[in-house]
Amino acid sequence: MTEAIAATARWQSCAIVEIATRTPAIKSFFLRLSETFDHKAGQHVDVRLIAPNGYTAMRSYSIASAPSNSRVIELAIERLPDGEVSPFFHDVAQVGDTIELRGPLGGHFLWPRPSNKPVLLIGAGSGVAPLMAMIRYRKASAEVVPVALLLSSRTWREVLFRDELLELEMSLPDFAFALALTREPATRCTDFSGRIDARVVADVAARLPASPGCAFVCGSNAFVDIAADAVLALGLEAGTIKTERYGA
Amino acid sequence: MATRGFTGRQSGPEPSDRVPPGQHLVNNFPVLTAGPTPRIEPADWNFTLKVGPRPFKVWSWSDFNALPRTRMTRDIHCVTSWSKLNTAWEGVAVDDILADAGLSAPTPFVLAHCFDGYSTNVPLADLATGKAMVALKYEGQPLPREHGGPARLLVPHLYFWKSAKWVNGLQFTERDEAGFWELRGYHIYGDPWNEQRYTND
Repeated sequence: MTEAIAATARWQSCAIVEIATRTPAIKSFFLRLSETFDHKAGQHVDVRLIAPNGYTAMRSYSIASAPSNSRVIELAIERLPDGEVSPFFHDVAQVGDTIELRGPLGGHFLWPRPSNKPVLLIGAGSGVAPLMAMIRYRKASAEVVPVALLLSSRTWREVLFRDELLELEMSLPDFAFALALTREPATRCTDFSGRIDARVVADVAARLPASPGCAFVCGSNAFVDIAADAVLALGLEAGTIKTERYGA
Repeated sequence: MATRGFTGRQSGPEPSDRVPPGQHLVNNFPVLTAGPTPRIEPADWNFTLKVGPRPFKVWSWSDFNALPRTRMTRDIHCVTSWSKLNTAWEGVAVDDILADAGLSAPTPFVLAHCFDGYSTNVPLADLATGKAMVALKYEGQPLPREHGGPARLLVPHLYFWKSAKWVNGLQFTERDEAGFWELRGYHIYGDPWNEQRYTND
């Protein structure tokens, strides 16, 4: 099934219009597109930075904002200590700076449209970014697709989009939200202490009104393997489990 | 236009003649997949050569392992922008697969198929004459599952999504048929030196 094709993903210059500190290591960069595009929840952009001598560094970042009429997209970028591009964003980039990007890209890790079966989302750390685009899209579109999000984070204060997710847990119908905190005990009885495993994934999936029709998993390679195997153990077909692995 | 304040890592003498535009070197071996990592036991493994819809020859794991072995050490380039130099592979050259089947070149186009339903298209000219293999070992060890084990296609001169993991067959096609990522916005050919990342690049 061909869901989206990047027909003309030309490079374009975008202005940074806002920078928001999300967690100690993650900031959101709000970029105003010069050429508007119509992205689907789950897609990414390629960003390139160009040095005065022409040296170019390129990385891919998921779009965290929902598709909308706005020309502004949100990228949540984690500062990797050994990184080349993410330290630039965290330490150098300022509001008003111009960044080159192209997109939207990716035709696989996409919110299923139309969908009626429940959707299971599993992310770790900044890997929640494309899943957040899906949740925000579901809210904005008022689709009645039940969604459960299992999000692994080291600590409570490092949970990306924590306050927004807690608010959505209260206000958005058919949205289940569970945290798995790996470096400190969870305080909410609906959350988990420690790393995710098949039991945790099954517990969260069971909060959906019916078995999930598909699952999206995003995080490090090791995390994705554990999560994807746990979803397979629920009985989902491999082809309904879409993964994105960070770490390159 | 230069990005304000960006100088890049650019540390040391980069072997820039080996790093295609837009790529950066890594020392680790990143893993990217569209779905779960399949588990394929040797007893369940087989490899099918097809001409159009018609199976031409099927090899079991032991039959396939008895084919002549080829080693190659190559630089590899992933479309997500990492490149890795001097990766050492051992496997069966596509030439030797075709020779064992007694097949030369029924069509100029090939679609590689995989256990997980993945596929990717590669012209025969990019598979034959020693350019590509079905790799069974990486750095002297059996190919790890996460890197496509037990066997993956290796087409090192094209972006690495063409080097399909968990490969289980090659199919000659009349036309150049787009595979999994080629149907989802990625380039039909994928030459890293011409930055053929996405459909219209």
